[in-house]
Amino acid sequence: MTVKNEQEAEKSEEWEPKIIAFLCNWCSYAGADLAGVSRIQYPPNIRIVRVPCSGRVNPYFIVKSLTDGWDGVVVSGCHPGDCHYLTGNLVARRRFAILKELLEFFGIEPGRVNFMWASAAEGERFAVLIRKATKIVKELGPNKKFEKKW
Amino acid sequence: MEKVGAVMVVGAGIGGSQASLDLADSGYKVYLIESTTSIGGVMAQLDKTFPTNDCAMCIVSPKLVETGRHQNIDLSINCKIQEVSGEAGNFTVKVLKKSLFINQDKCTGCGVCGKECPVEAIDIFNEGLAKYAATSVRYPQAVPLVYAINKDYCIGCGICAGVCKAKAVEYDLEDEEVDLNVGAIILSPGFDEYVPPKANLYGYGKYKNVVTSIEFERILSASGPYAGRVLRPSDGDVPEKVAFLQCIGSRDFSGSGNPYCSSVCCMYTAKEAVIAHEHMHQIKPTIFSMDVRAYGKDFDKYIIRAQEEYGVQYIRSRISSIQEVPETNDLRIRYETEDGKVKEEIFQMVVLAVGFNPPNDAKYLAEKFGIELNEYNFAKTDIFNPVQTSKPGIFACGAFSSPKDIPDTVTQASAAAGCVNQLLYDEKGTLITEKSLPPEIFVNGQPPRIGVFICHCGINIGGFVDVPEVTRYAKTLPNVVLSDRNLYTCSADTQTIIKNMVKEYHLNRVIVASCTPRTHEPLFQETIREAGLNRYLFQMANIRDQCSWVHMNEPEAATEKAKDLVRMAVNKARKIQPIDRIKLSVTPKALVVGGGISGMAAALNFASQEYETYLVEKQDKLGGFANNIYHTLEGGDVQAFITDLIKKIESHEFIHVYKEAEIENIDGYIGNFKTSIIYGKNKEKAEFEHGVVIVATGAKEYQPNEYLYGQNDLVILQSELEKILNTSDDIKKKKSIVMIQCVGSRNDEHPYCSKMCCAEAIKNALLAKEKNPDVEITVLFRDIRTYGFKEKYYRKAREAGVIFIQYDENDPPKINVEDSELRVEVKTARHDTINIKSDWLVLSAGIYAIREENEDLAKMLKVPLNDDNFFLEAHVKLRPVDFATEGVFVAGIAHCPKTIEDSIAQANAAVSRACTILSKEEIEAEGKTAQIDMSRCIGCGMCIENCAYNAIELIDDRRFGRVAYINQALCKGCGACSGNCRCAAIDILGFTGEQIFSMITGRVS
Repeated sequence: MTVKNEQEAEKSEEWEPKIIAFLCNWCSYAGADLAGVSRIQYPPNIRIVRVPCSGRVNPYFIVKSLTDGWDGVVVSGCHPGDCHYLTGNLVARRRFAILKELLEFFGIEPGRVNFMWASAAEGERFAVLIRKATKIVKELGPNKKFEKKW
Repeated sequence: MEKVGAVMVVGAGIGGSQASLDLADSGYKVYLIESTTSIGGVMAQLDKTFPTNDCAMCIVSPKLVETGRHQNIDLSINCKIQEVSGEAGNFTVKVLKKSLFINQDKCTGCGVCGKECPVEAIDIFNEGLAKYAATSVRYPQAVPLVYAINKDYCIGCGICAGVCKAKAVEYDLEDEEVDLNVGAIILSPGFDEYVPPKANLYGYGKYKNVVTSIEFERILSASGPYAGRVLRPSDGDVPEKVAFLQCIGSRDFSGSGNPYCSSVCCMYTAKEAVIAHEHMHQIKPTIFSMDVRAYGKDFDKYIIRAQEEYGVQYIRSRISSIQEVPETNDLRIRYETEDGKVKEEIFQMVVLAVGFNPPNDAKYLAEKFGIELNEYNFAKTDIFNPVQTSKPGIFACGAFSSPKDIPDTVTQASAAAGCVNQLLYDEKGTLITEKSLPPEIFVNGQPPRIGVFICHCGINIGGFVDVPEVTRYAKTLPNVVLSDRNLYTCSADTQTIIKNMVKEYHLNRVIVASCTPRTHEPLFQETIREAGLNRYLFQMANIRDQCSWVHMNEPEAATEKAKDLVRMAVNKARKIQPIDRIKLSVTPKALVVGGGISGMAAALNFASQEYETYLVEKQDKLGGFANNIYHTLEGGDVQAFITDLIKKIESHEFIHVYKEAEIENIDGYIGNFKTSIIYGKNKEKAEFEHGVVIVATGAKEYQPNEYLYGQNDLVILQSELEKILNTSDDIKKKKSIVMIQCVGSRNDEHPYCSKMCCAEAIKNALLAKEKNPDVEITVLFRDIRTYGFKEKYYRKAREAGVIFIQYDENDPPKINVEDSELRVEVKTARHDTINIKSDWLVLSAGIYAIREENEDLAKMLKVPLNDDNFFLEAHVKLRPVDFATEGVFVAGIAHCPKTIEDSIAQANAAVSRACTILSKEEIEAEGKTAQIDMSRCIGCGMCIENCAYNAIELIDDRRFGRVAYINQALCKGCGACSGNCRCAAIDILGFTGEQIFSMITGRVS
């Protein structure tokens, strides 16, 4: 996408953000499947990457997603206490608490990177969270902070 | 007589397939005999299943494919049983294999013959709604996929033989007769649906727009006659108002139908109404029913959703006749409303919810196998073991013994396999062959050659995503040498296509873009392994559950998303490498948690197969809640049964019983668990190792706060009444008893049906009437749920003079105490409020599970609980006793409220599933574990802190010094260590950093 195109796209209301979602295999990915099985509709902006556990998500994955031009990032795991791997999501929670501050320090708007919990039985909740995340990122506009300028 | 390590399974529906898989996986040779030309039975005909609305074909297809290709299952189609001789342990069965006139070994299922056949014949699978040729398969995803010629329609023109490239058509192929020697027999012929007779009140067969529920199921199906659109047969219009009539041919004492309840119609009707509305929003369904019998796990919630979210209207009325409006072919229905008024309404289409008949050949089978049938011509089974027929060594499962739904059928199928295990365990492994796989093709260092298979999934994906466009797009991606699309990628024929393509195009990576890897990845992995590729050279793009189904109104965006997902999968596939699975040893011992009826039945089954079993009970005596039950509704003596069971358990050399026990800790994984408990009065400690766990912890009887329970001595629970009736003559002094149903069930706090309270109330009412015919008994109910053959007792109770009055859940009965007398005030629909003087008020208290009690065990075993605090199985339809965590199973009321017979069946089923593990010396573990690059590790130890499984330790390596080391058997591959590694020294096989980065960069710009 050229710079000119992007500016046009930004101005028009047609602009749709692209959001990458790292979902843990046992809860959130299954929750996303349940949303499908229940035919609960949500915006088509997210692209799901399956990971074994939210604890697998290295902070660098998130940074890489932002530098690579994704407009938003979602990381979703099991509810605290429900982790299939006992404590993986707690490890993730600690890690992301720090990362969040770091990203804000870089100037990444809060809301562009979302951490959330959705269980395998929460298809509806998953859809609601994705709708919300999509809305926030859409309001923030395209992610240009890490755009290469040269 | 010498025992034989082989089993015959008769009938290859979902029940027969499940029993065959369990047995074949436990080391028995299985002969699966099917009378039609393909397996799958009724479930393969269904569009969706309740209560999850899962696509039936999608969930059953992997199981059928697995059955069809299991090396220990010998599948024969188009067969007839000729003769049976022998006894338990050694039967000989003469089977007639009828000719298909097409050679099964040569036929590829290409379908050219069917296309060219000039004679149009009716196909059975679509219930007569679509036309097919005389040469046909039953449905496009059939297992096995071979065509058959229907000689009744064939005119012998010879065109098919001419066009067949495989030279498979052989008109003179003759029937074949074989003698099979087996140790046990499982009968699972299923049922036949009730067909309304020619001169019926509903105009079925006369009015075109009156269809049966199974015909309507085909109309709903994507692979059905109208490709998933709901159209009425007379003119192809979309019907706006559709009426569903319940109890057609069920609960019918007039003589034209069956007197019993068919158990499943209430639920499938709700499902068909919901799906019809979902397919076409203009459809407004109305359901006419007597009682709504939503007694299973999460069924009530489904009915509520149908009403609230899909606008399904319920009218409590039984329709006696239908009239057609001649000009429009609409249908006029007259019905009586609850307050007694007569109304008339016009509907565009009527669906008759037909019940279950015993299979048409039930009598033939019973005679051949020498088993007894019951009064309704279903198989007669043992009062406590619902899979044991009247003849030892012959078992029955599924709808052959009583009408039942899919999970109950699957449970019984496993239960039958569990009972076979008990009989033949010492012949295990004598007649089986090991699966021979081709050596793995060496792909390391070679450039990726990727094959992409994109699934239409009927219209599930194809209806919303432009599949041809995605296929074209995939072809343009780097390293993709083949891009293909299929109607159903999971079907047996597509597996052959994939294998052929791997060979033809020298593929070394395969991608399937279809549904979710959570259900279908193992199937495709097995396919590519058979083609010689390592299982892990496979990727899936989820373009259905996470794309087409959630973006149904945005086909373009959905197509874009599907392209992105495929591209991301291709990017990842370019980076994937083969992974070797590690082998784990198995400790052939079992732990059973809970010493109630389910736990004891499971322990006894394990022990009789000579597996050492640890039975852990919280109370100081075995028996659990069954200690309070005297009889079942059908008359089984529960006390005698459990006394005998406890005696057997306590004296069994292979069972170790621990009472007053508490589990301290459960460690380990499938095949290798380690448990420590504290037991007995002196708080002794015990530790043991075992390979599997069965959770049979049961639940509690609700202790009501409502209706003055605990405040007035005249208010008692059903279980208390049962005790009084069975141990004293107090009932003789009573004049009037009132029972209230659904106390602590089907409310906001416990939004489910406790299943047995209706039967319990009727059982006690009948016994009370027997002991004191003058006592007046009034049952206040919301719906009477005497499903299946229990209906007989409901009728008996009414004949005995028990009065049944329906109350409104929003206006429950009120209790007044006047001069120490109870007066029950209840508002009825037709009459005004009535006031009943009552000597006893008996509350039918429901069953509930306590989160605090189940939570600890659930956490230790890493298994989930549902919203109602019952244990949540791996899949509600097809894996009713398994947990998602391998090696752990559930049985009895811990799973959801159920009867004693069902609990015992589930216990045997859990044992059967567990035996698929215990019967092996070693099992293969998942290969996606953490790997460490020692050259990068600085030995900081951060990973050790993050590892929840203690799989990592620091070692001193000869070359790299102090570094982390990962125990592969303990590692679960969660990646918590890797996400934290500051040196990027740890990677998770299957989810490496490199692979995930490649997906991140896979965005289509």
